[in-house]
Amino acid sequence: MATLTMELTLIFDLILLFTLISMAWLLLASTDLFRAVVLFIAFGLLLSLAWVRLGAADVALAEAAIGAGITGALLLVGLGRLGSAERCRFTRVPLTFLQRLSAPLLIGIMIPSITLILVLELRLLADVAPGQQGLVNALLDISGSGHGVTAVLMNFRAWDTLLEKGVLLLALITIWSLDQARPLVHEDEISPQLTGLARLLLPIVIIVAGFVLWQGAHAPGGAFQAGALLSAGILLATLVGYTLPARRQRLSLRLLLTAGFWVFLLIAATTLLTSGYPLSYPQPLAGGLILLIELVATASIATILAAVVVGGHPPDNLSVPEDDSSASPKKRRK
Amino acid sequence: MLLSDLLTALLLFCSLPFFLAGTLGLLRFPDLYCRLHALTKADNLGLGLVVLALMIQADSWQVVIRLLLTWLLILVAGATVAHLIARKAQQDGHQPWRH
Repeated sequence: MATLTMELTLIFDLILLFTLISMAWLLLASTDLFRAVVLFIAFGLLLSLAWVRLGAADVALAEAAIGAGITGALLLVGLGRLGSAERCRFTRVPLTFLQRLSAPLLIGIMIPSITLILVLELRLLADVAPGQQGLVNALLDISGSGHGVTAVLMNFRAWDTLLEKGVLLLALITIWSLDQARPLVHEDEISPQLTGLARLLLPIVIIVAGFVLWQGAHAPGGAFQAGALLSAGILLATLVGYTLPARRQRLSLRLLLTAGFWVFLLIAATTLLTSGYPLSYPQPLAGGLILLIELVATASIATILAAVVVGGHPPDNLSVPEDDSSASPKKRRK
Repeated sequence: MLLSDLLTALLLFCSLPFFLAGTLGLLRFPDLYCRLHALTKADNLGLGLVVLALMIQADSWQVVIRLLLTWLLILVAGATVAHLIARKAQQDGHQPWRH
């Protein structure tokens, strides 16, 4: 019975692997950009399934929410901006015999040789190396978090996470410097059905995001996943015509966007002054500090991701009080 | 083999024809509206049976509620997305298929 189950899971893994590789090939070879984007989203979802099979639930959550969800939305919005003429710019040109032969030949040689090398290498490994898991688990008690991944992200390697927040912010600054945000939807195009769905889903999204954030303390979850969920909620609200009030689009919005980074940076600077090392939290305060960083980071990540998808800085002519057509990210009333 | 395992297997097998029909419809139906219909209708029921099968195997009632909620959310989202796609197709001038 046990061997049968093992063989069944092996078959499932092999099918998943084969589907992933062929889907990656299909999406790269697709001449229709829309098709490629849809395949990319499907690829992201299957990839998160692969992460689940590898036992990395944290990565799976992030991949599904950010890799497939937010990036997919970003690509779709970008595609919409391109217009229909640009979408089919790539036309197939008839290939010569040798050109036609080159791709199968390359794949036919590459994939078997890589597989052979991997199989030979893997046989040398007696067991899968546990990595730093033992060390992390031994230090879990002083980390201020009950979940290994969160402990690594927010304490042991917090410096990396801080810089990640910086990278996100840099990406947004770059996008904002390129263009002014254009409306994602026109007021008269909004389907009443979508409005109904948004009204139903928004409270649920907020609750689930809070749950995912809170759960990060002892199980897979955390600021990035919660932020991605929340940004999906913000985008849904944007799609049914909610906008941020004009007076909130200047300082308040910018504060919210940057808060995750500077609160983190402030804590890093304070710990540097008090203990000599950045982000070495005093032990009794570790849990509270991590929670504070994650709370603020969630809000910032959610707003940044949504603002990235909306694309472009808020409109300059903000003097109009009821500016319904502006498509700036909607901040949830808190 | 417990009775609950048998019931789970039975429900999972019952869900298969729905997914098969939905996929066949997606591949073979003549126009976008028919394909949407096949996909959403069949998948919703098939998924319902899968969720029911998993609920029998759940360890606690919290998991049961989470599974039920997942199914309900997918029902609502699926219906809305199908509506949105059909609406956009109609606006773009896709004509329904007539034989």
